[in-house]
Order: sequence, then structure tokens, then C-alpha cells
Amino acid sequence: MKDLRIEWRGRVVINQVLPFAALVMVAFAFALDSDAVLQRTAGGLVWLATMFSTFLIVQRSYAADVDDGALESLRAAGIDMQGVFLGKSLAVMVELFLLQCVLVLVGFVLYDVQMSLSGWGMLLVTMVGATLGLGFVGVLYGGLIAGAGYRETLLPLLVLPVVAPVLLAATRATESAIGVSGLTIADGWPWVGILFVFAGIFGLGGLLSFDSVVEG
Amino acid sequence: MKDVGFIALTYVVTFGAIIAIVARTLITGSRLSKKIPDQDKPWI
Amino acid sequence: MNSTPRTEPARVGTPATRVFGLLAVLFLGWVVVGGLFITPADAIQGDSVRIMYVHVPTAWVAYLAFIVTAIASAGYLFGKRHSLGFDRVAGASAEVGVLFMALTLMSGSLWGRLTWGTFWQWDPRLTTTAFLFVTYLGYLAVRGLGGTPERRAKRSAILALLAVLEIPLVHFSVLLWRSLHQEASVLSSDGDVKLDDLMLFTLLVGVLGFTALYGWLVSHRQRILTMRDIEEAKGIDLAISERIAEGSVR
Repeated sequence: MKDLRIEWRGRVVINQVLPFAALVMVAFAFALDSDAVLQRTAGGLVWLATMFSTFLIVQRSYAADVDDGALESLRAAGIDMQGVFLGKSLAVMVELFLLQCVLVLVGFVLYDVQMSLSGWGMLLVTMVGATLGLGFVGVLYGGLIAGAGYRETLLPLLVLPVVAPVLLAATRATESAIGVSGLTIADGWPWVGILFVFAGIFGLGGLLSFDSVVEG
Repeated sequence: MKDVGFIALTYVVTFGAIIAIVARTLITGSRLSKKIPDQDKPWI
Repeated sequence: MNSTPRTEPARVGTPATRVFGLLAVLFLGWVVVGGLFITPADAIQGDSVRIMYVHVPTAWVAYLAFIVTAIASAGYLFGKRHSLGFDRVAGASAEVGVLFMALTLMSGSLWGRLTWGTFWQWDPRLTTTAFLFVTYLGYLAVRGLGGTPERRAKRSAILALLAVLEIPLVHFSVLLWRSLHQEASVLSSDGDVKLDDLMLFTLLVGVLGFTALYGWLVSHRQRILTMRDIEEAKGIDLAISERIAEGSVR
């Protein structure tokens, strides 16, 4: 929606968040200076970098709104807050998804991981599911503390425990997509299921409560 | 008794923390209740 | 601890809280004496089972506290009057819950050191409990953000309802985690504990005692929060009237 257009003009995600995430990946490579370890943990590292980037993206998404009071004026204008929630989530998700695509490619080249075709398919579904979950949670909690002080430190504190299941499920699904430690593709699908259940719960919760979240 | 240290530590920390928080609650309570007029206290 | 005679002006304690306080002192006194000295050591776990007499009740109280927080938050959000009393109960309950969860994690890790030989296992139960702890730390942080009491109440009530949503989610993920990882769980040794009557009695007394303590703490702290809000409102009124006075001088 509108966020995407603003973002396109600013290109902060492309110019800053993406390099940050890539840097995190490279830093991991330095820290775990061993190909064997890296290959085993590649899935987890990609998702960890994604999660950190989520904080940045959500913060950006609200920074512009809070500065010029756009949320309040949208509310005052009688615009449906559920639409705003969906729009903001969609914007965050698109950015997040693009970021993940790059991260996955970079990560897999950097850490030298091989994958089968069905593995790629599963990874793609995992990415969609995780993006939905992260986006909904991020926008919902971002809205909750929008306008308050200490936003930068509070958001990770609140969101981290909530998205922990996403991190876990996405990591396990990715690991079985790659086939780490004897896991097969079939082992991963329950985890992918969790991702979508999670996204569904928070998507619904966000739709129902976003109106009063922003008002509060 | 085996492992006395760990068990004693558990009890000391648990009940120590509880006593500390109870004491703080009592002190803050009496300090504030002196400042606030009785008609503002809904529990009376 | 509540035996101080009632003097003017009225204090925080009331007869009801004194009953809670007395029960808590009696029961917890038994837990210390009975748990440490009278009950026998467990056949398998040995003396480390004594940690359970405080570990299990504190864990129970922590969960109870978080559920009460959620119920009170719902009471605030969906109640017709949007009573701030509900909000203060939620806040007081969450404070106590975080305290007891911290104690649970502490006693649990000491027990783990004795039984498993390590302070911390990345087992689903421990991990999710730790996440729950952090979640409610965040809740308390949000309560401290400032703003009017109404704003604080609304914001934190929504957060509390989201956080309690996490409990079944966490439970669900624990079950799945187990079914996906078929290795034997470290916690399975738990089921082997044979409790005799005296041990069971002590555990029960512990649960009752800590619950009474919870009741005492929440009612006292909730009243303190009420007085804090009044005091703060007074401070703001005072500041406003000072400004007005300043203005009229000029």
C-alpha cells in the first residue's frame, strides 16, 4: 500500500537493512569459522538474520507514521483500521520476503549448501509462512507501542519471545529442506504447518484488536 | 544430608526474595497510606 | 506480619488480607520446617527432592498469576465501566507472577544441577518457560511506559491477552517438539518420584501457602498501585495549578 510507495522512494530497506542482514550473515561465517558447522546451522542463521531485520523494518514502518501523526489522522478520518493493519502487514511482508530471498541465496552460496528441487519448494513455502507470522506479529506489537518512548529497545523485548516459535519452526523446516543430520523433507511439513497456524492466530488477533491497539 | 548447599541456597533465595518483597510492600504501603486521605481508599 | 494495630490514617491491610498473611506464614513455616527436616529423602532423587517443595508451588503461582492478569485485563477491556481497578489487579498480579517465575527458574536450575548435572537444559519445557518469563518482563516494561492510566491500562490489557494466548501456543509447540524429537526426554525421571503421604502433604501445604501469599501480595500491591495513581494525579494537578498561579502573576 502506501507504505510500500514511501519505502520505494526511501529505499532504506535496500540500502540499509539488506546490507545489515548480509553483514550479520558474514559475521556468523567469521564467528563459526568452520564449513561443517556452517552447513549444519545455515538454516538457523538465515532465520536469525531475518528476525533481526524484522525489528528494523517494523520500526521503520512506524517511525514515519508516528512522526507526522499519520495513524491518528487515518483514524480520525474514519478509515477502517483493519485495512490499515492488513496494508501495513503486507508492506512489511513484501519487504521481508524480498530480504529473505536475498539472504537465502547469499547464505547458501556463502555457506556452501546443496539442496534438492523439492527442498527448494519446501523452503519457499516455509519462507511464505514465516513471513506471514513475522509480519503480523511485528505490525501488531509495533502498533501497541507506537508513539511511546524506548520503542527501539522495547520492540525486540516484546516480539522476541512471541516469534520464538516461528524461529524454531522455520529453522527446523529449513533444516529438513536442506537435509541436515539425516532429516528428510517429510520431517519438515509439520513445522511448516505450525508456521501457518501461528500466522493465522496472529493475523486474526491483529485484525480484531488493531483498532483499539492504535487508539490506546 | 547430601547436597546441603544447593538445597539451602534454594530455600534462602526463595524465602529471602519473598521476605524482601513483602517488606518493601509493607513499607511502601504505609508510606503512601499516610499521604492519601481515607476517602480515596476504595478497600475501606 | 499483619499484626500491627490499625492506626489512623487507615493502613493498607484489612482483615481479609490479614487472614491471607497469617495462612501464608503458617503454611510456609511448615514448608520450611517440614520440607527441610521432617520429610524423608526420596529413594531416587535423594535430598534434592526437597527443592520441589518450593519449586512446584512457585511455578503454580506464576501460572495462576498470569492467568489472573489475563482475566483482569479482559475485565478491563470488555467491562462496561472500563474500571481501572481491573487494570491494577492485572498489574499487581503480573508483578507477583514475574517474581515467582524468576524463583521457579532459579530453584529449577539448582535442582537441575543436582539431578542432571547442569544448570540449564535446552529442553522445550525450560525454553518455553524462559520465553514466558521474558514476555511478562516486557509486559511490565510496557506498563512503565507512562501516559495516562487509561492509556496504560488499555495498552497493557491488550498485551496481556496476547501474552496469555502464548501459553496454549507454547504448550502446543511443546507437544509437537516432543513428537518430532523421539529421543528420551530428560524429564522422564520426574515420573519416577514416589511421594509418600508426608511428602505429598508438604507439597500441598506449599501450594496452599504460596497461593495465600499470592493473595496477600496482590491485594496489597494492587492497593499500592491505586495510591500511586492518586498521588501521581495529585502531582499533575499541583503542577497545573502552579503553572496557572505563575501565569496570573505575570
